[in-house]
Amino acid sequence: MALLETKNLGIQFGGLRAVDGLDLTIEKGQLYGLIGPNGAGKTTVFNMLTGVYKPTFGNILLDGHSIVGKSQIDINKSGIARTFQNIRLFSQMSVLDNVKVGLHNIITYSTFEGIFRLPSYFKKEKQMDEKAMSLLKVFDLQDEAEYLASNLPYGKQRKLEIARALATNPKLLLLDEPAAGMNPNETAELMETIRFIRGEFSVTILLIEHDMRLVSGICEQLTVLNFGKVLAQGNTSEVLSDPEVVRAYLGE
Amino acid sequence: MSFLSYLVSGISLGSIYALIALGYTMVYGIAKMLNFAHGDVIMVGAYAIYTICITWGLPPYVGVLGSIVVCAVLGVVIEKVAYKPLRKASSLAVLITAIGVSYLLQNAALLIFKSDTKSFTSVVNIPSIDLFDNQLHISGETIATIVVSVIIMVALNLFINKTKPGRAMLAVSEDKGAAQLMGINVNSTISLTFLIGSALAAVAGALLCSSYPALSPTTGAMPGIKAFTAAVFGGIGSIPGAMVGGILLGVIENLSKGYISTQFSDAIVFGVLIIILLFKPTGLLGKKINEKV
Amino acid sequence: MQKERKPLKAATKSNLITYGILIAAFIIVSIICASNDKMYQFKGMLVPLCIYSIMAVSLNLVVGILGDLSLGHAGFMCIGAYVGAFFSVLLKDNIPLDWLRFVISLVLGGITAGIFGFLIGIPVLRLRGDYLAIVTLAFGEIIKNIVNLLYVGVDGSGLHVSIKSASDLNMAEDGTVIVKGALGITGTPNDSNFTVGFILLLITVFVSLNLINSRTGRAVKSIRDNRIAAETVGISVTRYKLIVFMISAFFAGIAGVLYSHNISSLNTSTFGYNTSILVLVYVVLGGIGSTRGSIIAAVILYALPEMLRELRDYRMLIYAVVLILLMIVNNNEKFNLFKEKISISRFIQNRREAMSKGAKS
Repeated sequence: MALLETKNLGIQFGGLRAVDGLDLTIEKGQLYGLIGPNGAGKTTVFNMLTGVYKPTFGNILLDGHSIVGKSQIDINKSGIARTFQNIRLFSQMSVLDNVKVGLHNIITYSTFEGIFRLPSYFKKEKQMDEKAMSLLKVFDLQDEAEYLASNLPYGKQRKLEIARALATNPKLLLLDEPAAGMNPNETAELMETIRFIRGEFSVTILLIEHDMRLVSGICEQLTVLNFGKVLAQGNTSEVLSDPEVVRAYLGE
Repeated sequence: MSFLSYLVSGISLGSIYALIALGYTMVYGIAKMLNFAHGDVIMVGAYAIYTICITWGLPPYVGVLGSIVVCAVLGVVIEKVAYKPLRKASSLAVLITAIGVSYLLQNAALLIFKSDTKSFTSVVNIPSIDLFDNQLHISGETIATIVVSVIIMVALNLFINKTKPGRAMLAVSEDKGAAQLMGINVNSTISLTFLIGSALAAVAGALLCSSYPALSPTTGAMPGIKAFTAAVFGGIGSIPGAMVGGILLGVIENLSKGYISTQFSDAIVFGVLIIILLFKPTGLLGKKINEKV
Repeated sequence: MQKERKPLKAATKSNLITYGILIAAFIIVSIICASNDKMYQFKGMLVPLCIYSIMAVSLNLVVGILGDLSLGHAGFMCIGAYVGAFFSVLLKDNIPLDWLRFVISLVLGGITAGIFGFLIGIPVLRLRGDYLAIVTLAFGEIIKNIVNLLYVGVDGSGLHVSIKSASDLNMAEDGTVIVKGALGITGTPNDSNFTVGFILLLITVFVSLNLINSRTGRAVKSIRDNRIAAETVGISVTRYKLIVFMISAFFAGIAGVLYSHNISSLNTSTFGYNTSILVLVYVVLGGIGSTRGSIIAAVILYALPEMLRELRDYRMLIYAVVLILLMIVNNNEKFNLFKEKISISRFIQNRREAMSKGAKS
């Protein structure tokens, strides 16, 4: 069974069908790309998958169970985590604490235990610190652990957002333009990291990206959206050589 | 008939709230700040009339005009001195400064005019009307309040929608940066907003103290809070919202005073506000804010 | 080889400094009081200082940590004050141990205020920013308005409540009226003193700091910093907002109980939005989110007008001017740059960074 399946998924804003009849099948362990020109509806798909928007029609199945209508919180708990196109960090908290917020539902103790500093508090906090530090190391952020998140340079903020999403222990990780604003070196490094986390955390990855080097470099499957509709779908190399796709991107 | 009489005096009180609420809402729309000192500008205006008409013995129209000038200048000065240096500061910092200005005005008035309540002489010189075989009595103050408020509201609407400075105000409240790029002088537009808002407060002060002739340094506080409530009620930032909110608030307050209990009227007014906001979280005519994800 | 010492976390260190300052202040003040019989004005200020510090620390949870503007904090104080005073008067003859009676009053006052915090938190969840502020202000005023008209009496057959008049209570001959409308409650035992106030402040600070530096506190701060991101990492905004509103109201209630047991006659005049705003000023001037700053600002700003008493009518005027100047200077970019330059902690940090760089290379 596929990890994520959407059937005839669509959403309407007033008279506009931002996404129209999207069928998507992502197998476990895949690195899947969602591409398309600006305004094609890619981020809207992410917003539906994570419960920010409720689809107008169609269904979303995660591991065979529908997640349509569930809250963002429940969707995260059932295994979907994401990053945002416009970075959304907890800017007034430390880098380490950002990741520890991601661990919120993974390592838990009650408010009471926290206020009265019961032994479980110290034990769980230690576990959280270790787990969070190991995640920061993956992204080479361990030295900045005590910095305020807002003080990190742009590229590192993007990495921190991925680390925070990974902390929630997702089955499916949604990355919204992870390489935006990065230089070629940083992008190359990011590609390595994305490949690494897929193996290390056995997570399936769906990403939106405009950087074609990154897309052709790491995505195995692609879906191209244009004006809310699927333009092409399939193997990366096949899709990218599809004349329809080339036309949509470059114009005639 | 008692219903009609409560309704009419409610509309009159509500018009005063609306005039004050306009000041709140215009300043909020343009400077994105809650001007907590706005209620105290009313009090300053009323003391200005008191000084001109009673201490100096000049006619009421001089008093009202003088009060409008005093308040308009005061509003602009407050903005330049206290709020302008904080344009980039957090909204909380600006709120606290506004509270400081409010304390300042109240205590300055306390020093100059002492804490005893002054009895205010009405500036209105219109005879009252009796309708329906003398069953409905409408005082001259009520008539004046309603008429003046309607004129002001119509004029303000025309000013904002039809004149260049008015539309500049709309532009600045929409997007300060873009307005500046379009060649609008943001600073003078903000000053103009404070000027108009404070002048309206002076008129409200004259009408308020004519209907409820007791004047003390804290006179402006409660009407200020009520008008703030009215502005939120109608959707803060929205000019028609402030008018509708103000009048509704006055009517609700007077009807609950008449039919339920005088003492509970504040609780009822605030209770209605909460219920309205539960169903319309941005007020009756406020814009719905959608956060883009 | 020398065993590597684990450095204290920055937050822990800062908390220890807070406790240190508080305890040192308590000891110094206690010594001054013991060595001097007079200084009535100074001694009279001590309990109010604790009360307003507790108010500021608890409001800081909502304003600084959760990031919601509340203008109704005095309403919770009012509830605590009345509930606490009511039970103390009611139980005056039944519980002979003064301290036990006071503890019961504190717990009851705090819990009732906490329940109201929860109730008010529910509608507030749907609102943002200034709309939320006006609703909290409205709640505070409603509470004040209703309590001001409340009559509660007790007789052989139990409690009688009315919002009209004492005679409307319909009580038996042996009954006594405890809450008398606008006259409030009189004859509350004077159980508050500086030591009790200090202990309660310490408890408030303890709970507050521990909450902030825990899993719950991080969740709350994440909502403040970015609500949408918080939800996508699985944090329930509803749950944590309600928890904060409840805990904050609980301690405002405790401050209220302390207040009503420090004065002989209690009425609602203290609990208007002016008091809520006063406490908000403490929190903002103390540095939003800083527990220690809230206390320091509360102490200085409460004591300032008292110390300016000599200046009579000019004192509130001066207070207002100081407030405005503080905000303007504090938000002046040039001044902030200057402050950063001369800051000691910054100097130390620079040194440490330079040293660690040296060690690495």
